Amino acid sequence: MRIVCRCNDVTVEEIEKLIDEGVTDLEELRRLLRIGMGPCQGRTCIPIVISILARKTGRRPEEIPLPNARFPVRPVKIEALVEGEK
Amino acid sequence: MIGIIGGGIIGVATAYELAKLGEEVVVFEKKYLGSGSTFRCASGIRAQFTDEANIKLMKYSIDRWNELSDELGHDVMFQQTGYLFLATSEEEVEAFKNNIKLQNKFGVPTKLITPEEAKEIVPPLNADAFLAGAWNPEDGKASPFHTLYAYRKAGERLGVKFYEYTKVIGIEEGWKIKTTRGEFKVDIIVNATNAWAREINAMIGKDVVPIKPFKHQLVKTEPIERGQIEPLVCPPAWNDSYVIQDGEDGGVICGTALEYESSPDDVTPTYEFAKEVLRWAVKIVPALRHVHIVRQWAGHYARTLDNNPAIGKLTENFYVAIGFSGHGFMMAPAVAQALAEKIVKGRTKVPLDWDWFDPWRFERGELRSSAFQIG
Repeated sequence: MRIVCRCNDVTVEEIEKLIDEGVTDLEELRRLLRIGMGPCQGRTCIPIVISILARKTGRRPEEIPLPNARFPVRPVKIEALVEGEK
Repeated sequence: MIGIIGGGIIGVATAYELAKLGEEVVVFEKKYLGSGSTFRCASGIRAQFTDEANIKLMKYSIDRWNELSDELGHDVMFQQTGYLFLATSEEEVEAFKNNIKLQNKFGVPTKLITPEEAKEIVPPLNADAFLAGAWNPEDGKASPFHTLYAYRKAGERLGVKFYEYTKVIGIEEGWKIKTTRGEFKVDIIVNATNAWAREINAMIGKDVVPIKPFKHQLVKTEPIERGQIEPLVCPPAWNDSYVIQDGEDGGVICGTALEYESSPDDVTPTYEFAKEVLRWAVKIVPALRHVHIVRQWAGHYARTLDNNPAIGKLTENFYVAIGFSGHGFMMAPAVAQALAEKIVKGRTKVPLDWDWFDPWRFERGELRSSAFQIG
């Protein structure tokens, strides 16, 4: 078992299986497997997923659009954002 | 051949239901399936509405939700974890009682509960702030991602063809759908583009459903222990703010009614929203203060003038299911079945009030009572 996403325990096998089933859009892959949706926001896994996707679909990695970067860039404690509020 | 424009949950589920009735179906989606509003929704499913049409439709939809994973052959993660509305004033308690009476009349088992009972359901709740709760244990949540995938796969097995990254650029009488990937001849069209629907209706000269897209956002926390905030918890008086634990990973999704009228293509989150939603979230569940937020995103409520969707025939062989005003995901199983049966058989067993949801009501100046909306 080779883990690609350490936040959500997603493996190479799970990614390859979905691609084989016809899910070749990175946006759909990440929503079905929750790749890039954990606290690391995809820093670890997204480049690996792109390389798997490129290899299996015969595309060049740069042809695969990157998902949006989401706020916050790193996890933030809620109290840091509500400080001073009643 | 039936052409569906819009590959969100309504379009994809309707495609499946039509194929189930033996129709040949093609679906056109300008980005990827689910990319519009479906994949951005908060995942809640409720029958706690405040009018007969929406209560009956959602009661039926919840029955369908219960069958969905088995029927589609893929787990949509539907869980009946309930919706808990909380009252902060005596007037609100009275309003809750009236709503509960109406919901009970149509078989929805909502009941009034005490703050102590609410705290048993949601252990970290700031129960002292509330006078009572309206609790329906049959409401729930499901995964938007897995639901759409399940409908898509089941549709494909029945021969539905999905064209992603295929934008509809024109429609000719008859019908000929012109897309960025060529022209398609179809007999019947279903417009399921929700926030983008006016553009499509205008292509046939029938821009009669006034829909305005409003940007809504959600903030999500890191996963917390399961069983803390499983229902959707909402004190309507607190700016319609709500919290609910994601059924899949256990993070807490937080929403509030701060919205922006905007293009549906603008999905940039705002810092103002993060501050506002979290201010309310920690009032509902104070311990959330110690949790990290990991992401924030935006989608759109495609709102009509009365916050009820427009479902039905726009003209001969052209149907719409649009303007869901934030309720498309929860309604999809019922609406898709109703619309497919209506198109193919001319009648349906789904208790959908076609007159209430008539797309032409706005032209006639007939507005419905506003569908109860949160977030």
